[in-house]
Amino acid sequence: MSLADINLQEGAKAESPYVPKMARVVEAAEMTDTERFFRLEMEDEPLRYEPGQFVSVTVFGIGEAPISISSSPTQGDVFDLTVRSVGAVTNALKTCKKGDRLGIRGPFGNHFDYAAMRGKDVLFVAGGLGLAPMRSLIRYVLDHRKDYRNVTILVGAREPRLLLFRDELAAWAKGGQAKTLVTVDRPDDSWKGNVGVITRLFKQIKVDAANTFAVIVGPPVMFKFTVLEVLAERVPENRIICSLERHMKCGIGKCGHCQIRGTYVCRDGPVFTYDQVKRLREGI
Amino acid sequence: MLPKALEKKDLAGWVAALAEARRVAGPVRKEISPADGSERFGWEFLADPEDLRLDYDLTVLGPKKFLWPPMQSLVHYDLDPADPKPEAVLEHEPMVLFGVHPCDVTAIGTLDAAFGQQVADPHYLARRADTAIIGLDCEKPCHESSFCLDMESLYPAKGYDLMLTDIGHAYYVEVATALGEALASAAHLRPAGPEDLKARQAATERKRAAFHLKLPLEVKYLPEALDASYDSLVWQAIARRCFSCGSCNTVCPTCYCFDVVDEIAADLKGGARVRRYDSCQLDPFAEVAGGESFRKERWSRLRHRMFRKGKYILERTGQSGCVGCGRCDRACVASISIRDTFTQISGSRES
Repeated sequence: MSLADINLQEGAKAESPYVPKMARVVEAAEMTDTERFFRLEMEDEPLRYEPGQFVSVTVFGIGEAPISISSSPTQGDVFDLTVRSVGAVTNALKTCKKGDRLGIRGPFGNHFDYAAMRGKDVLFVAGGLGLAPMRSLIRYVLDHRKDYRNVTILVGAREPRLLLFRDELAAWAKGGQAKTLVTVDRPDDSWKGNVGVITRLFKQIKVDAANTFAVIVGPPVMFKFTVLEVLAERVPENRIICSLERHMKCGIGKCGHCQIRGTYVCRDGPVFTYDQVKRLREGI
Repeated sequence: MLPKALEKKDLAGWVAALAEARRVAGPVRKEISPADGSERFGWEFLADPEDLRLDYDLTVLGPKKFLWPPMQSLVHYDLDPADPKPEAVLEHEPMVLFGVHPCDVTAIGTLDAAFGQQVADPHYLARRADTAIIGLDCEKPCHESSFCLDMESLYPAKGYDLMLTDIGHAYYVEVATALGEALASAAHLRPAGPEDLKARQAATERKRAAFHLKLPLEVKYLPEALDASYDSLVWQAIARRCFSCGSCNTVCPTCYCFDVVDEIAADLKGGARVRRYDSCQLDPFAEVAGGESFRKERWSRLRHRMFRKGKYILERTGQSGCVGCGRCDRACVASISIRDTFTQISGSRES
């Protein structure tokens, strides 16, 4: 694009992409010691989003942080966030309760290509907080269950008390809509389920490589070992899907914080295929 | 639009006339070097038209700061949690940047592309749209570290309203836009005559003779050369000296990465979301929540900057991320040179 293509006068009058819109907390709950669940509703226009996108959440007086959307647009005008308390903004959200007002910008980024997955098996593999963004797609697929073939959900957590969405995992396992397996690295006395790293769950499932999309979201080390497992099952690289975590400050491809080589995760991602991620090199 | 000419003795009068409608910024003398007695120049709003020094050389910071301030409020809100009422802050006023060298004209074009494309950023664009640019052509390299001819920033085809060329007793004035025409009408600019044209031609020839290519490859091959060097140990070798101080980013006329922070007003009634220059060379730049960093190694951050300058920004905006001004070379306390780096990796290109 050349200089002539940029209309300075028109751009000068554009709406600022940095002003948050107001949202109200309709539900807030403790999930674990460090994670909280929020259900929000925009006060004016409802949020129009796709599974896999993220928003920037403002706590006025503190700052802004990028958070993945945990819900599927199929649930209506409210949307869910899963927030781990790690920084100033997310710690401020600890005291945020029903009725409070927050600022929201977005949604930003691309999304999981659920259309391409129609008619195929979908294998979800979520480690730790990775279940938060993945839940948007799981719920979307389960809400359109007849469009998809076999759905398998593998979830790993370090300890039982760190498991997110326990009730939903139990309901998915029970409902028969998806084969759902959960494992923890370090069990407590009450844990009766699987023990060990998430890759061990692959021994309990069958993968139809020619017809499977594998969606993997979790910490970098879990991602690497899981990709290895899925590749060993012969799933092609362009049907292994992941979502990358970066600290997006602007969400619109300007500030540079989420840049991996020439790629801006906030606009070109956060959803990538393994085929793309392996080329990024600094990706994982 | 027909070219004009301005006698040098009328320069201060023209600047004074421009200053009636716009704030005028230009190069001024900042200090005399205690080391060698040479003059040092910087970009400032002019307090007095006589302060303008069109014989300036490479400034530490370019005119970028007037369009892209080191700190800029984006949003203001009330600290009342029941009703924060966030609103955009768009601060701009009519300005003239007077005497912008070709490299900085080109660099502003890169910023225009970065902030104008895809999602428009009115906080930059409103300032930019309100700013007239009067360029000043270079007759000789202004610093030993510059390589503007290589980076194709020495002959900008656009990005200015007027372009001045020193023709001895006068300036030859190329009029590029309607705004430039209007600015010219504020002064006693006469139509350029045959003598002026001849003098300008001579200046252009002196310019051509004074600048030489310094890189061993054509700049169009630079992205390819960088790609071929991505896995080389050369980055670790160069970064041995790097302190990760970020001086290179601070002085760069095309760097535009930023951090965003919230600030509370002293009366505790209002808050502002502010952006400020950030540096990809600093350790926390690529950190994510929880502390993981995706460019932990100093050399990987140095490589990232060199790739941004030589490849990424070009591919993203269509405008070069490096204009070859030489500011980062001069600012580097460890004598790391972007020109030497481009030279060294240019051998990586498969021929």
